[in-house]
Amino acid sequence: MRHLTTPLSEETVKSLHAGEHVLLSGTVYTARDAAHLRMMDCLRRGEELPIALEGSVIYYAGPTPTPPGRPIGSIGPTTSTRMDASTPTLLSLGLRGMIGKGMRSAEVMEAMQAHPAVYFAAVGGAAALMAECVTACEVIAWDDLGPESVKRLTLKELPLVVAVDCYGQDAFALGQAAYREQQAGRA
Amino acid sequence: MRELQASAITEAVRALCIEANRNLPEDVARALRDCRAQEPFAPAQEMLDLLIRNEGIARETRMPICQDTGMAVVFAEVGQELHIAGDFEQAVHEGVRRGYVEGLLRKSVVGDPLRRVNTGDNTPAVLHTRLVPGDRLTLTVAPKGFGSENMSRLRMLTPAQGVEGVKAFVLETVKRAGANPCPPMVLGVGIGGDFEQVAELAKRALMVPLDAHHPDPFYAALEQELLEAVNETGIGPQGLGGRTTCLGLHILQAPTHIAGLPVAVNVSCHVTRHATAVL
Repeated sequence: MRHLTTPLSEETVKSLHAGEHVLLSGTVYTARDAAHLRMMDCLRRGEELPIALEGSVIYYAGPTPTPPGRPIGSIGPTTSTRMDASTPTLLSLGLRGMIGKGMRSAEVMEAMQAHPAVYFAAVGGAAALMAECVTACEVIAWDDLGPESVKRLTLKELPLVVAVDCYGQDAFALGQAAYREQQAGRA
Repeated sequence: MRELQASAITEAVRALCIEANRNLPEDVARALRDCRAQEPFAPAQEMLDLLIRNEGIARETRMPICQDTGMAVVFAEVGQELHIAGDFEQAVHEGVRRGYVEGLLRKSVVGDPLRRVNTGDNTPAVLHTRLVPGDRLTLTVAPKGFGSENMSRLRMLTPAQGVEGVKAFVLETVKRAGANPCPPMVLGVGIGGDFEQVAELAKRALMVPLDAHHPDPFYAALEQELLEAVNETGIGPQGLGGRTTCLGLHILQAPTHIAGLPVAVNVSCHVTRHATAVL
């Protein structure tokens, strides 16, 4: 299995293909609905974002509270579609990767080709298992948002699937087609 | 008349919130293992293995199974021979507050749908209360995540659309949901009643044990037919292809108006949680 470390270079992104399984290590930032709305507000007002977007990876996630003696609580992806509206803007500013679950809009997939980026699917609901792949967690902005604050996470080999690559291919369509083909072959 | 202190209700709800979020019900865990055994597509087998491992890790580490520890949906069946000393509804909400704070569960509730400030303690609960014979109180806490809740739908069909209309609506709902609700999903289908009753029927259908069948053979056959159709879509675990799209589907129906055929599909995920206590 391929190991990747953030920040992701354009070259790395271009070498990734939908359906590929990878292990991701390094720094990523959590941001979900409320943090995306605030980031868009920041941009409208011409203010600086709490995240340096160039080459960065955003994880659409809000963990459970951290238990004593652990780096983080349970953490898995939330549904990415809800962040679709602000994603093309963030991609144009250098966002290189996203981690979430579920499908993306046509607009996002087009923007990912124009500004090469990768969208990874984490295993939705497998949050206790994936917590074991986070070694550090620190709130860096908007603490008042609670579970929706922006956090800096250090990942160690988080298992992911390349769900959408920078060539407009998506692992959901490919995977479902491969399954149907296998079934047709058996019939 | 038997008397029950409101504080006992608070304690029970507190414990049920924590229990439900850490331990997957045995019927759901068994359905995951059974579907894994029958899954013919290798990538889907791997995905299901991860979900089964996750459920075990949550149990051992006492961590929540999923980070979306949900809105706390509470079903209360109050025996009419029971006297509750204190404020019943407040006792339930206080139990949710304590469970989510003390159990280190995520606080996922905003106090107003448009102004959206987190209440900080996951209250209030969504509370459904029924009066039943006897002197007991049965409490079920069913934390509901919104990745799947958002994919749920309700439609007022016409009587002429009949069973074919219901089937088409269920399948359309599943296909639109696709990878979003964390498949393999669990589906609760409500048919009949009126606008708000059909939604509650669909929610209650999610609590039916996955290995149970509808007592009416007509609906049992419809459940089976729909489950097979959903598992023919090829959506698969996480939407990445495979047979295992749905772990179980149940229907609850109710009498309805001569002019209507309401249908609701409450979509849930592979972490369909609920825990029950009888006081």
